[in-house]
Amino acid sequence: MKPLARPVYLNLFRIHLPLSGWVSILHRISGALLFLAFPIGVWALSVSLTDEAGFQRMAAWLTHPLSKLFLVLLIWAFTHHALAGLRHLALDVHWGVERDAARRSSLGVLLATGLITLTAAWRLFA
Amino acid sequence: MKSPTGSHTGTGNWLMQRATAVLLALAIPVLLVYFLAALPLDFSGWQGLFAPLWSRVLLLLSAIALAMHAWVGMHDIFMDYIHPVAMRLAMTLAVVVVLASSVVWLAAVLFGASIGSGT
Repeated sequence: MKPLARPVYLNLFRIHLPLSGWVSILHRISGALLFLAFPIGVWALSVSLTDEAGFQRMAAWLTHPLSKLFLVLLIWAFTHHALAGLRHLALDVHWGVERDAARRSSLGVLLATGLITLTAAWRLFA
Repeated sequence: MKSPTGSHTGTGNWLMQRATAVLLALAIPVLLVYFLAALPLDFSGWQGLFAPLWSRVLLLLSAIALAMHAWVGMHDIFMDYIHPVAMRLAMTLAVVVVLASSVVWLAAVLFGASIGSGT
């Protein structure tokens, strides 16, 4: 067998991730997003609880389409992170580690997250 | 001697990540139902949600668990993608500062003088 030319450059766009790989990388991305949202959430809570004016300011901010979009993104991140996290906890105790089961639970996480996010988006925008 | 880059801390981190994950999986649904069931809200209703001691205690404990969980998670991400040690330590430190100050700030908001005293 001919040895590979080194170094090998992997083309990230040609790597076909399995479903569980997508769930895993999105778990990371959503986790990082939630980390960034945490101080913003504390700030928003602080302003909204300080006085009536602060509460009205936050309530008005929530009606802006861009902040609704931001909220939908956060809802996606939270839902995906929570569901994928529960799946990872199950895998930790060797529950559903076989390929077919792992594939089904990955699909379940992606579908449930999509459904919940779309429902939330519909409730926020409609 | 312990390595300054934390190569001995993996198992403890792994366990903390799981323990805080379970705590959050139990606490967040309770808080979500509590808050969503009260919608829509005006200012006094919103303040009223934080009047019961249990809601403030549960919120603060969840935030502490979240901070520990996020610390390990961000550290894991940095371990994988940020290879220069000085840069990684600086970024981890920044994460710890953000998380710790958020928790302290939340504690001040929840247990400060303005809530629960009727003002």
